[in-house]
Amino acid sequence: MRHFFAALCASLLAAPAFAAIPHDGALGFQPAATRIAERIHFFHNDYVLWIITAITIFVSALLVWVMVRYNRKSNPVSRKFSHNSLIEVIWTIVPALILVAIAGLSFPNLYYQDVVPNLDKIKTESAELIADGKSAEYERYTKNYFPDAAEQGFINVKAQGNQWNWTYSYPDIVDADGVPLEFVSNAVHKGTPEDKQKYEASTGRTNYDSLPRNLAVDYPMVIPAGRYIRYYTAAADVIHSWTVPAFGVKTDAVPGRLNEGWFLVDEPGIYYGQCSELCGIDHAYMPIEVRVVPQAQFDRWAQLMLAGDYEGAYSSVLTIAAIEPSTKLAANN
Amino acid sequence: MPMDEIALDHHHDDHDHKPGFFKRWFLSTNHKDIGTLYLIFAMIAGIIGYTLSGLIRWELAEPGIGPMLWIVEHLQGVQGDVAITHAKHFYNTVITYHGLIMIFFMVMPALIGGFGNWFVPLMIGAPDMAFPRMNNISFWLTVAAFILACISMAVPGTSAGNGFGGGWVLYPPLSSTTGHPGPAMDLVILSLHTAGIASILGAINFIVTILNMRAPGMTMHKMPLFAWGVLVTAVLLLLSLPVLAGALTMLLTDRNFGSQFFNPAGGGDPVMFQHLFWFFGHPEVYIMILPAFGIVSHIVSTFSKKPIFGYLGMAYAMVSIGVIGFVVWAHHMYTVGMNVDLKAYFIAATMVIAVPTGIKIFSWIATMWGGSIEFKVPMLWAIGFIFLFTVGGVTGVVLANAGIDHALHDTYYVVAHFHYVLSLGAVFGLFAGWYYWFEKMFGIKYNGFLGGLHFWLMFVGSNVLFFPQHFLGLQGMPRRYIDYADGFHTWHYVSSIGYAITLVGTLVFFIGLAEAMIRRRKGVANPWGEGATTLEWTLSSPPPFHQYNELPHVTNKGGH
Repeated sequence: MRHFFAALCASLLAAPAFAAIPHDGALGFQPAATRIAERIHFFHNDYVLWIITAITIFVSALLVWVMVRYNRKSNPVSRKFSHNSLIEVIWTIVPALILVAIAGLSFPNLYYQDVVPNLDKIKTESAELIADGKSAEYERYTKNYFPDAAEQGFINVKAQGNQWNWTYSYPDIVDADGVPLEFVSNAVHKGTPEDKQKYEASTGRTNYDSLPRNLAVDYPMVIPAGRYIRYYTAAADVIHSWTVPAFGVKTDAVPGRLNEGWFLVDEPGIYYGQCSELCGIDHAYMPIEVRVVPQAQFDRWAQLMLAGDYEGAYSSVLTIAAIEPSTKLAANN
Repeated sequence: MPMDEIALDHHHDDHDHKPGFFKRWFLSTNHKDIGTLYLIFAMIAGIIGYTLSGLIRWELAEPGIGPMLWIVEHLQGVQGDVAITHAKHFYNTVITYHGLIMIFFMVMPALIGGFGNWFVPLMIGAPDMAFPRMNNISFWLTVAAFILACISMAVPGTSAGNGFGGGWVLYPPLSSTTGHPGPAMDLVILSLHTAGIASILGAINFIVTILNMRAPGMTMHKMPLFAWGVLVTAVLLLLSLPVLAGALTMLLTDRNFGSQFFNPAGGGDPVMFQHLFWFFGHPEVYIMILPAFGIVSHIVSTFSKKPIFGYLGMAYAMVSIGVIGFVVWAHHMYTVGMNVDLKAYFIAATMVIAVPTGIKIFSWIATMWGGSIEFKVPMLWAIGFIFLFTVGGVTGVVLANAGIDHALHDTYYVVAHFHYVLSLGAVFGLFAGWYYWFEKMFGIKYNGFLGGLHFWLMFVGSNVLFFPQHFLGLQGMPRRYIDYADGFHTWHYVSSIGYAITLVGTLVFFIGLAEAMIRRRKGVANPWGEGATTLEWTLSSPPPFHQYNELPHVTNKGGH
């Protein structure tokens, strides 16, 4: 019986809390894993999509109406008017107002995702709201900003695009000599039976069959859940683009430039993305795999990676521990 | 546009000596013959570009690498891992040349070179273009450019095979020696330079013709909207192509003469190329659609038997689309790492374009309102155009929002969007014009049933082809992928079925063309009746080799 429970627990743990992967036949976005993506999805699904659907239906309805009402049979003699100032003013002003309404939500949405947050400011502002006893405003504030995470500072990660893989480096995670953690993340190829043998021989792993084709990598980027991540993108040869659809982020990796962005993922899990700027022959084969794990698991993974035990590190994030609700960010329960 | 008094000289017989075959078709200075040459050229290029898109859809119907591998194994004789590498490169070249050929050698030559040459002089009452011999140079330079592009497909691009596989946008460093050391890219540059010179010469010709050679009494504000569309297009070409030429020249010297414009190691910046490219590239989008706007206006008016609603609004909507089109380019580059305030500006500027575009859509519907509409083949294409352009337009408003574009940039959502406005917008405008003017140009009637069948197959097929790509994009399917995650399979498969439907439609198009050429039903001067009021309908079908030996005199008592 104890064995049964142990097996059950293991299988529950083995199923990641969350996995963002393209679903066959899906019509919309992958589920949002960050506040950035949530806001994009709200803005698109619950706002702009309705507006454009209404416009398309309106125009189609007008077209159908004129085709039914004013065809040669229903209306043998055409009228000859060609002006109506009022209607022309209306169809100039109304679309302009609709666009203003879209822009009204578009700008805050853009600035939220595009500006890397100032953590000190978040700490002060949230502290002030608590001190002033404004609990409703605090709650609203913590929908977009995360004071607990701000206390802990940023986790910095650099993703460098190469033809055709990604190099991840963590400038704040350094070994005794001050050399930061850096590793290359290659696609796991799943084409021929030899691919499986090669993978198993080089890594000693047995999970080949469970890996999603064209998405899985040998050494994923790992980040802790519930922490502010500041990522940088750079490129060694040609332009690449680092993206994870579930995070709602996409930043080009341009030679000679260091671009930056941010996100914060609550839900531990496995998230996939794919290079999004044509970069040559293997453009379709340099996927992005991000494993979001609890802080403790992240620290263990980082230690093993620093020690050069890549396979041990990989096993340590193979199953992703769930986070106790109490340790999750209060704002996102 | 009602012309109450049109005086025409029909005694053209003395002047209707057509030169011999070689002189007529290879040394042509006649705007109608050059227009026909452009149409034939666009058809040949279109078949090639369309075949390339067929290869794309064939490859993407199923996950994994299939048809491309088969092709390189049989065409290039490579096997094993080398074949896989070659197949991947081959796919990249296919998407690249599909884009380049369709834009530079199909849509532009057909709409501007073909219909523009044919009908701008006829519509404004001019005997020919202002510079007939320059017109001939424009055409043959376009042919030369196309040949250069075809040669570049057949010379080494990278170690993985022939041709340039960096996308039609030619972004360095993928297009510099880092990404494509072979001569294929140099030939692409030469090809686009040549095509650019051809287009600039053509643009000058159109501008001068339209400004100086309108018939007496035809003021700018009485000029047919197709001529307005071509005029705005020509100005856009004249102002944007030199910028492309500059960017291409810098790329050429980077590649061959050691300059460092786009090489960060030498102090250059690859993003600078993108700015220059899209400063050309965004007006280019309107270059492809504005002539189609003009064609659709005439067709809607003709078959509704009503004058165009809001003529001046329509003309100046095109002008403002052209003007605003120059200040929105960086909405193609939201993810390159631009300053957030700059992105905010480009959101605002881009959304403004929706206003004149909306004016055009609503004015077309208002033109039909109160009319007595006949659903002849050109009208089907025009109504289809209005609907499809609306769909492509509203997804453009979605993409204008940088916040959403961060999720959708370089996904199939973008592919769906621009194919709705180009493949379904510009191309539907193209076919609308083809059927509208077919009888006028060639003096024979097309088969209405085959024309209608062609429309319905294309309408259904291209919607099945492109609408599911919105879903793929929202799920995160990136562009320019030879192979995809298994979760994208269903919609890719549906999309490829859509292509198969359009393939049947395209066959029907050529059958219809062959049928008309074999049966040779004699055309009449004006097959469309009272609604067709522009000057070309006052001439015989086909028009005399030299028309308007005495200029038509346009008076306009009725007004718009």
